[in-house]
Amino acid sequence: MAEIAYWEAIRRAHDEELAHDRMVIAMGEDIGVAGGTYKATSGLYQKYGAERIIDTPISENSYTGIGIGASMAGMRPIIEIMSINFALLALDTLINAAAKIRYMSGGRASCPIVMRTPGGTAHQLAAQHSARLARMFMSTPGLRVVTPRGPLDAYGMLKSAVRCNDPVIIIEHESMYNMRGEVPDKETFRPLEGAEIVRAGTDVTLIGYNYSVHLCLAAADKLAAMGVSAEVLDLRALRPIDRDTIRRSVEKTHKVVIAEEDEATVGVGSEIISVIIEECFFALDAQPVRVHAADVPVPYNRQLEKAAIPNADDVLAAALKVLGRV
Amino acid sequence: MNASDQKRLLREMIFYRRFEERSFEAYMERKIGGFLHLYSGQEAVATGVLEMARCGYDYVITGYRDHVHALKAGAPAREVMAELYGKETGSSRGRGGSMHIFDPTVNFMGGYALVGQPFPLAAGLALACKHKGTDQIAICFLGDGANNQGTFHETMNMASVWKLPVLFVCENNLYAIGTRIERSTAVTDQYKRVAAYDIPSSQHDGQDIDIVMAAATDAIAHVRSGRGPYFIEFMTYRQRGHSMSDSNAYRSKEEERLWMERDPLKIYGGRLKKAKVLTEKDIAAMEKSVLEEIENDVVRFAEESPEPRVEDLNKYCLDDQPDPRWIGPLAQGEQHG
Repeated sequence: MAEIAYWEAIRRAHDEELAHDRMVIAMGEDIGVAGGTYKATSGLYQKYGAERIIDTPISENSYTGIGIGASMAGMRPIIEIMSINFALLALDTLINAAAKIRYMSGGRASCPIVMRTPGGTAHQLAAQHSARLARMFMSTPGLRVVTPRGPLDAYGMLKSAVRCNDPVIIIEHESMYNMRGEVPDKETFRPLEGAEIVRAGTDVTLIGYNYSVHLCLAAADKLAAMGVSAEVLDLRALRPIDRDTIRRSVEKTHKVVIAEEDEATVGVGSEIISVIIEECFFALDAQPVRVHAADVPVPYNRQLEKAAIPNADDVLAAALKVLGRV
Repeated sequence: MNASDQKRLLREMIFYRRFEERSFEAYMERKIGGFLHLYSGQEAVATGVLEMARCGYDYVITGYRDHVHALKAGAPAREVMAELYGKETGSSRGRGGSMHIFDPTVNFMGGYALVGQPFPLAAGLALACKHKGTDQIAICFLGDGANNQGTFHETMNMASVWKLPVLFVCENNLYAIGTRIERSTAVTDQYKRVAAYDIPSSQHDGQDIDIVMAAATDAIAHVRSGRGPYFIEFMTYRQRGHSMSDSNAYRSKEEERLWMERDPLKIYGGRLKKAKVLTEKDIAAMEKSVLEEIENDVVRFAEESPEPRVEDLNKYCLDDQPDPRWIGPLAQGEQHG
């Protein structure tokens, strides 16, 4: 078991899958000779060559489409989109083609692509480099959407995504690539479905995904110091949602906070609250509270950016509200 | 080409015309729904190009006017008609309809309704051919209107940089739905546009199948030899409207009359008669046997086939039998703090 960075975990998954199956390729902007914006493919161009680590022009929609076409003929492309903001350019091939081809061919064709892309706000990157957009992908039938919160899932979910026969979107985070965590030395696969109880508790459930899990964990520490036992649930997959694990946790704690870095409207939180109402409405002792971004394009100014994006204290305040302590 | 192949080709084109016209009737009877885009008038292009390709081995992909490309690529006519009827026995199990015919068993990789979307998909199929090291190629049929999409420019650039074995076939029928090419497109000769991406190209008459086959032979040889993509433009004309709701109000009767005289079936049938390969009587017999085949076999199969079951609504959204090792859910022991 070694402690490695999130980017190293992604790099290792690439390396193992490229070695395992010659039909696996990686494609994206600056992933080859330059080694990847976040180093996630560094050294692989030297090891596997230009035919398998493909530097693409700045043509997101069409290189995604090329990956999709290749996948229909037996390839396993890992497509990197440098920032989730740019994934908007690839929505036609991703949503109109990859997500629909299996269905509209009556199951006769499939598109086993992986699209990796970082969402989230980092440090003053302003409105066109700070989108999150998880809520948009999670509403699309025909896709799988996963949100690894640390190196173990970043590694193991990428490996599973390459092997899986469906199109999988992996949403990473600009601020997590240097986050460190333990990953087993032996080859490990992490499933693409199933929420995870990251910290067990009895008084309130804090639900997060991707970066917001860490806000929930920090809030849980503060709550513990106040004598409150918080359970932290990492959704891990936004499509499909693990309804059972959510229900079991709410039936135990009866109180819920959902933390998302995205805007609230038609978002992850609204979806999770709907799930809770449908699954276990009568288990609730208080109305659920959403923690989310301000409803504005992300500002450049440091103070404004900080105010726009939720932090651990916001999750703590929401928990205290649900607990009736304010 | 010997006489029996010439007769077969003429019969194929007659079959495609009657298939389309019969689906028009079924549409009017409301047995076919949605949008229906007919290929009547353009038959020589798909028939001629794919005659020179290795159908079942090479990949073929196209837009929404896709019935004839699927048929010539090798999709069974019964299944294509059943798809138009939305039946479980259809090419896409009734889930796709007219615009989304698929038959991967013969490497026909689909019809797509997003104009220009097949460009990158075709390049991707070609990338896979190149990667596998086979001499397969990908053939992408699209209309002139598709060339005004960003995917055209992005894909031509990548196909050229990466020397992908893909043949782009532009069926220039002069209209993007109802907008004539001069009104929407700065360079009306489509083959000239790929010069910007250093892709070799040429323009030919698309109504004469002998010309189409000769041009396609050279283009396919270029692509199959590993020298990269080729772009071939055929001048053609759809005899019917863009889709069923189109009255062709934007075209002059005189223009339509001139192109009707250049009907690909008439041109080829006339040539075979002149060469004494066939008589007028032979052609009439051929027409009759085609009509009988379509009615008694193709349409009958579609009519008698079952509808998809409503219980299967959610089938085919994702892999229906996924390997639990990759999918989950997370076992209790796998949870980590």
